[in-house]
Amino acid sequence: MSTVIDVRDLHVHIAGRPVLHGVDLEVPHGSFVALMGANGSGKSTLVRAVTGLRPVTRGRVELFGSPLDRFHEWHRVGFVPQRAGAASGVPASVREVVASGRLGRRRVLRPSSVADRRAVVDALDVVGLGDRAAESVSTLSGGQQQRVLIARALAGEPDVFFLDEPTAGVDLPSQQALARALEVLSDRGATIVLVAHELGPLAPLVDRSVVLSHGRVVHDGSPLPEEAVHDHHHARLERHDHTPHVGSPLDALEERG
Amino acid sequence: MIDLLSHPFMLRALIAAAVTGLAAPAIGTYLVQRRLALLGDGLGHVAVTGVALGLLTGASPTWLAVVVAIAGAMGIEVIRERGHTSGDVALALLFYGGLAGGVLITGLAGQSAARLQEYLFGSVTSVSVDDLLATVGLAAVVVVACLALLPQLFAVSQDEDFARVAGVPIRFYNLLVAVLAAVTVTVAMRTVGLLLVSALMVVPVATAQQVTRSFRSTLTAAMVLGVAAALGGLLLAAFLSTVPLTVAPGPTIVLLSLTGFALAWPLGLWRRRRHRSTPEVSRA
Repeated sequence: MSTVIDVRDLHVHIAGRPVLHGVDLEVPHGSFVALMGANGSGKSTLVRAVTGLRPVTRGRVELFGSPLDRFHEWHRVGFVPQRAGAASGVPASVREVVASGRLGRRRVLRPSSVADRRAVVDALDVVGLGDRAAESVSTLSGGQQQRVLIARALAGEPDVFFLDEPTAGVDLPSQQALARALEVLSDRGATIVLVAHELGPLAPLVDRSVVLSHGRVVHDGSPLPEEAVHDHHHARLERHDHTPHVGSPLDALEERG
Repeated sequence: MIDLLSHPFMLRALIAAAVTGLAAPAIGTYLVQRRLALLGDGLGHVAVTGVALGLLTGASPTWLAVVVAIAGAMGIEVIRERGHTSGDVALALLFYGGLAGGVLITGLAGQSAARLQEYLFGSVTSVSVDDLLATVGLAAVVVVACLALLPQLFAVSQDEDFARVAGVPIRFYNLLVAVLAAVTVTVAMRTVGLLLVSALMVVPVATAQQVTRSFRSTLTAAMVLGVAAALGGLLLAAFLSTVPLTVAPGPTIVLLSLTGFALAWPLGLWRRRRHRSTPEVSRA
């Protein structure tokens, strides 16, 4: 299977202070990786470096086999930032925010095509907000706003998703809706990289955990049970069967078919 | 009153006011969206130096104001992009440098403060045919760019990080917004003046968003409100001058716009209350 993300010996400094020290990460196509760690461990910085938002100090980052500075297929990358960005100074409807996710695939000065509009409707359905399209984003709950941001990334029909703390401060129904949406994406063959402090209802979907501490990878493999199964009271998703969870991402791929 | 409207200078004033009322809220919507509501005010201050250079050299104050305001806009955008914590201090230096420089150069040029005042607070009834053509042409550029590039400008203003990862050339669009704001400042210069230009960029947007739910409807409503305030304010000032009562059109336009906001605000408050009363799901 082809490699979607290939990070070698990545060093990132922010304002002269080292945040990542020599991180290696290889993510094959179709895997669902959780980047975990305490606040300040560098997990968000890793995602921002891989998506080109944070300059790389030293090391190599490749997306779909191209070095970052020569990578041009940005429509294949879906980014879901932390929720802060959902509401802005001027009201924006749910449909408008989600439609902006098509931009990477649209040409300038052309009206939106039938395919664009269909992708927006489909993305809203996947996150369960199909009936809220005309509403203003700022009137939605925090969890619903997070789902709008996921729908926006989804509308661009990317091959890889980066989600930065999608469950932080999100109510349980929205976390479950989020889990259902990510399950649909994963089943469609998308590669998913999720930054999370705690996984909650997402735990059963994750087939590999990468734990960072002080800018270094300290665990890379099977999901850590003590972190992954964060809350026993949360309803589990049907997909989680009783077979032992596999450790290798490649095994997970075969399992998914 | 009807007599007054038949004068060519009044017709030019009405056209200048209408295009200003269209252009200022169009770019203003993007400025408010990216929380740069006061950028127009700052660029207005910078443009004062351009006007003064025109008065000093005998060149067109309008075109020199365009050039200086665009240069200022680009400078501000560079400072903003660097994201230094001292960004707003740097902006303040630029703004007050612009205003002080303008007043100083006007004095050097041997021009009275009254001449500069035409640009500071508007002088819509003294718009020449050349000024009018420049105003209409520049306003057309602003309105067309704001509407035609709406998807791109919306995305960049809404969430810069997302737009960057989606491959949108955000630096280009950020600069474009700054440059369009600078051009709008000079469009509005003759109508409401450099010191009040920001009001026409921001107040109609603030009024519109009391009742709108989407970006597109906010933009449209703000442009309608902008034209209504600009034409209404000018006609009101013209009417009062027949009473006779001397009121300047620029401030009248701005005060009329603010009245619109004062009327819409309770409506927005009621709408927000109603939304808040719907029970929200408790956080996990």
